[in-house]
Amino acid sequence: MTDNLSLAWALAWIRGAQATLEEHRMELIDLDRAIGDGDHGENMSRGFKAVVAKLDDSIPDVQGVLKLVASTLMSTVGGAAGPLYGTAFMRAAKAADSDLDSEKVVALIAGALEGIVARGKATTNEKTMVDAWTPALEAAKAAHESGATPGQVLRAAADAAAAGAEATIPMLATKGRASYLGERSIGHKDPGSTSTAYLLDEAAKAAGA
Amino acid sequence: MSVGLVIVSHSAQLADGVVELALQMAHDVQLRAAGGTDDGRIGTSFDKVSAAVTELRDAGLDVAILTDLGSATMTVDAVLEFLDSEELEHVKFSDGPLVEGAVAAAVTAQVGGDLDAVVAAGRARELFE
Repeated sequence: MTDNLSLAWALAWIRGAQATLEEHRMELIDLDRAIGDGDHGENMSRGFKAVVAKLDDSIPDVQGVLKLVASTLMSTVGGAAGPLYGTAFMRAAKAADSDLDSEKVVALIAGALEGIVARGKATTNEKTMVDAWTPALEAAKAAHESGATPGQVLRAAADAAAAGAEATIPMLATKGRASYLGERSIGHKDPGSTSTAYLLDEAAKAAGA
Repeated sequence: MSVGLVIVSHSAQLADGVVELALQMAHDVQLRAAGGTDDGRIGTSFDKVSAAVTELRDAGLDVAILTDLGSATMTVDAVLEFLDSEELEHVKFSDGPLVEGAVAAAVTAQVGGDLDAVVAAGRARELFE
């Protein structure tokens, strides 16, 4: 018996993500209407539905699942989340060259963050999904160093992402379309960091954590 | 090598309109609109951009790509990331205001400018000086 995360975990994660994004579709739409173009909930819902429709027995491993997510989101999401999450999953897939132990879970999250930063050119405190992925990576590293299982690493990352998303509320947006609102962006939670927290929460749940 | 343009917009109508406008002063330039998502919503499509670039490259043209907003630019960046380094000599992003940039880039292509000249024209930097 190993705690390592396998294909079954990856499939459960993505199916869970689709369900939770469907459940939170209106919430994400409302968050994005407040400070953006209002399409984030619809886009994420459509994107993950398209992904789940493509999941089948031909996918050999975790990496195959993540690559499918990347290419499908890139071509179906439409808004900024398509290239951002698409690139995140593409880079995350590189870390998943076999079943994931705790170290590889950290590498997966690091890859995702690196992809988002490369694509969106954002840094922390700009009220973007970087503000959820950055604390997620820090928490994942700390959990791994303290000897946590892969599931526990994901749980630490997910909780940190959720806290990171909450912490975007008082921030002034300086990247993306929300930045056009200037001071009016303050007081609203960033939709991208919110969907990030949901995705990581589902990753942890799929690992039983 | 002659240069063609790919106009990427969140709105299919906007992309088509920019192509229409640019053609007015650049009758002989190959322009491709890549607007909206694959299912006709507001947004940009990796596949549409990629297909437009491939079509112009297959016709033997260098390609300058122009976009309307930041997330369209991210889609273009993602498309460029999938090209090899040799191909990147022939396909470039021109980071400028879409309408003015597209007209300036198209006219530059019409008068025989090379890819770098077209990309520079598309940036339309003189508008902001």
